[in-house]
Amino acid sequence: MSYEYDSIAALRDALTARKVSATELANSALQAAQAHASLNAFLHIDPELTLAQARAADARLASGQADALTGVPIAHKDVFVTQGWRTTAASKMLEHYTSPFDATVVSRLAQAGAVSIGKLNCDEFAMGSGNENSAFGPARNPWNVNHVPGGSSGGSAAAVAAGIVPATTGTDTGGSVRQPAALCGVSGIKPTYGTVSRFGMIAFGSSLDQAGPVARHAKDLLELLDTMSGFDERDSTSLEFCDGVANAPGRIRSEFNDAVARFDANGAKPLQGLRIGVPTEFFNEGLSADVGAAVEAALQQYEALGATRVSISLPRTKLSIPAYYVIAPAEASSNLSRYDGVRYGYRTPSYTDLADMTSRSRAEGFGQEVIRRIMVGTYVLCHGYYDAYYLQAQRVRRMIANDFQQAFAGQCDVIMGPVTPTVAKRIGDNRDDPTADWLADIYTLGVSLAGLPAASIPCGFGGADASLPVGLQIIGNYFREGQVLAVADRFQQATDWHQRKPELK
Amino acid sequence: MEWEIVIGLETHAQLSTASKIFSGSSTTYGALPNTQANEIDMALPGSLPVMNRGAVERAIAFGLAVGAHVAPRSIFARKNYFYPDLPKNYQISQFEIPVVQGGEIRFFVGDTEKTVRLTRAHLEEDAGKSLHENFTGPHGESSTGIDLNRAGTPLLEIVSEPEIRSAAEAVAYARTLHSLVVWLGICDGNMQEGSFRCDANVSVRPKGQAEFGTRCEIKNLNSFRFLERAIIHEAQRQIELIEDGGKVRQETRLYDADKDETRSMRSKEDSDDYRYFPDPDLPPLVIAPEWVERVKAGMPELPGAKRKRFESDLGLTGYDAAQLTMSRAVADYFEATARHLPEGQAKLAANWILGEVSAALNRDEKDIDAIPVSAEALAGLIKRIIDGTISNKIARDVFAAMWAGENGGDADAIIDAKGLKQISDTGAIGKMVDDVLAAHPAIVEEYRAGKQKAFNSLVGQIMKAAKGKANPQQVNDLLKEKLG
Repeated sequence: MSYEYDSIAALRDALTARKVSATELANSALQAAQAHASLNAFLHIDPELTLAQARAADARLASGQADALTGVPIAHKDVFVTQGWRTTAASKMLEHYTSPFDATVVSRLAQAGAVSIGKLNCDEFAMGSGNENSAFGPARNPWNVNHVPGGSSGGSAAAVAAGIVPATTGTDTGGSVRQPAALCGVSGIKPTYGTVSRFGMIAFGSSLDQAGPVARHAKDLLELLDTMSGFDERDSTSLEFCDGVANAPGRIRSEFNDAVARFDANGAKPLQGLRIGVPTEFFNEGLSADVGAAVEAALQQYEALGATRVSISLPRTKLSIPAYYVIAPAEASSNLSRYDGVRYGYRTPSYTDLADMTSRSRAEGFGQEVIRRIMVGTYVLCHGYYDAYYLQAQRVRRMIANDFQQAFAGQCDVIMGPVTPTVAKRIGDNRDDPTADWLADIYTLGVSLAGLPAASIPCGFGGADASLPVGLQIIGNYFREGQVLAVADRFQQATDWHQRKPELK
Repeated sequence: MEWEIVIGLETHAQLSTASKIFSGSSTTYGALPNTQANEIDMALPGSLPVMNRGAVERAIAFGLAVGAHVAPRSIFARKNYFYPDLPKNYQISQFEIPVVQGGEIRFFVGDTEKTVRLTRAHLEEDAGKSLHENFTGPHGESSTGIDLNRAGTPLLEIVSEPEIRSAAEAVAYARTLHSLVVWLGICDGNMQEGSFRCDANVSVRPKGQAEFGTRCEIKNLNSFRFLERAIIHEAQRQIELIEDGGKVRQETRLYDADKDETRSMRSKEDSDDYRYFPDPDLPPLVIAPEWVERVKAGMPELPGAKRKRFESDLGLTGYDAAQLTMSRAVADYFEATARHLPEGQAKLAANWILGEVSAALNRDEKDIDAIPVSAEALAGLIKRIIDGTISNKIARDVFAAMWAGENGGDADAIIDAKGLKQISDTGAIGKMVDDVLAAHPAIVEEYRAGKQKAFNSLVGQIMKAAKGKANPQQVNDLLKEKLG
């Protein structure tokens, strides 16, 4: 986006002051998307739809009825269903699918006035961690287009990193918001499971899926997350209350403001009293030196801000990989059964009977990674294997959640560590070893299994010539999104990693 | 060898909610295909199920009515299998922890009371319908159509223990269960529309053997007659098979009503692995005690309680009380009739309703809700029997006239108009007796000679003279007196 801005708040001020119009911002974003088409961050763009929203935003601005995000350009991961734009989940299966309704996340942001620039590339059905599993080609990392942007919300992170839009939506099942945010040098947060409605979010692993925003920094994450959150009667796993507080917009902002006020009152050591738990298991032999060094420097920065570092143990961290790769595929195998070529979506051109039609449609419509996970999921749910795999994984899941609770109970207020073991890999790496990428999810899966909120913020660079971003993960206890964002914000007040921008042609 | 038949029934009762179990679509029967299917019923991407509380309340009412444990926490599970009319390709059901656990159904087989325990009752959604016949695609080719109007309709699957021992018992059990769910208002009971249908698990074993034989499941029996025929045939088939040295194979069978036989649908070996697991889209169904209490407060008096009350308070026999409580409408009609009668005369109302009234309803194929004789009118008729205005025999004629709507269906008006009032005046009857005695000296002679039959003959002559209206007791008494 050619229009320069510091924050969504600054954009809002400029819009309200009529220094820039929503239509100008939308056009600028559309042009930027066009200019950076080689990043393949966007799957569907429809200028008419976008400009209609922008004109409506301008009308509201003109009449002085602007809402929190009126005129702010955003874009949605293509797993949120939208009435206007196609929704494909980056799958051939849904290549021509348009939803008759909007996802709750989409309608909440639209109601707040945000203008959608289009739909973002991702891994097919959100399965993957490099955005390489998109049926429409990989998205690319703006810091180095030969590298992956991370995934599954790769387009969401790339679009923000490239400055096309100030914020995007993503979904996180096992790290799919945090990991691409880390690899693209932007900020992202996955909130507590149940705080953001899953209605209209194409399901992958229903007990893990949670929507979250990607933006430059914590303050902008707050703008989106607070608007997206809230109870939704159309999602039975949506929470009415969070620790006794109504799950509604304002909840996270109010906690954020309270935390900021507390930090401000501390003077030169704003984070005095904040105990940061650092899990020893997050600094194991698999962690690359560059990422380890950047994270260590970030932790020292936090100490300089007054926080204390506490060594903690999350002893079942390693078990999070097998537990996750049983539970998520199990749920996915069932969730993706509906794509059978009967009612909508891809149908094979030639078949002998109904069963053949379904088999062929699925074999041809799904990509390899999706098929792999459906196979795994189907296997672990089979009679005779269910107890050994699925039930056992659920037990491990509870133990992992308990480990976090033990840490939060007496040892620390937040937990910090790396998001990924390494910086972004090159596109095509691990192609012959599809499960190698699964192991790289080790630092994000536990949080997902426990349903906790966690953010990823940029904290340095690594790789060749220190050219690829590194992310710091900040994990909070249930419903402490406001605290997590305030802690992230304090770091960003003291550092400029989040202001670094890739050089793009 | 003597064989024993062992039967367990799985009954699907469609719950009478206005909307579907997990979506807001209407459940009304007979709408144009796919006009009652929304994004949830069609399993569009991003749609999610939301539990219909009305369906849960109906399950709670059923649990309370059969004396079951209403689980404070039960789990919805996904039953995974591919079928074109199952839009998600999994059915949301309950597997390991159902909402209703245990309970029992008591019923009469003839005069014998029997109790069958229930294993469980669980909530689940129905599938849509595949339309294979006379369905053509857009280019006129033969094709299969899918109608999703029924998809997501709430069902309560009620599973009995294998404690039923004959086709007659199975029918009596199913009838009682049917009348109970209709009584509770949780199911409309319409079997033609599929609102109440049974699967029968049938096995046979030599009488006295403790272990069960291998069972076969007969699917989708949607009438009591089919249920009875299917069980009789299936048991016979199994007995003949074993007696010929064969073995029963565990399988699912279909009853063909046209051919009146069962035939194999699929064997256990080819049956799907349903890969049940808890549905992550639906939290555990939590039923607080207060919710159970609220449902209880809104429930009608149960047939069992009513039956006991009819026996103890109104003096009915167990059998009559059971018959009258087979349907809430009949029980209500009986109680309304009895209410208009002097105390202690309820038995007479029961006799009339189970006799003349039932017969007339059956003859005209009428439902009690459409009965032309109101409870008050029937009581008006019975009162005239009690006070001796008419005899029981004449009352039947009056009832027929009431049924036909003569004289506004009012018993007194009909008795007056037809001059059916019983003659109870001693003088008038005495005169008739005198006349008959004078006219038939030969019969009087026979009586005096000791022939008892002659007395009845004289009574007949007197009643004939009275056109049946003379009070029979008085005729008897006076005749005896006058014959000395």
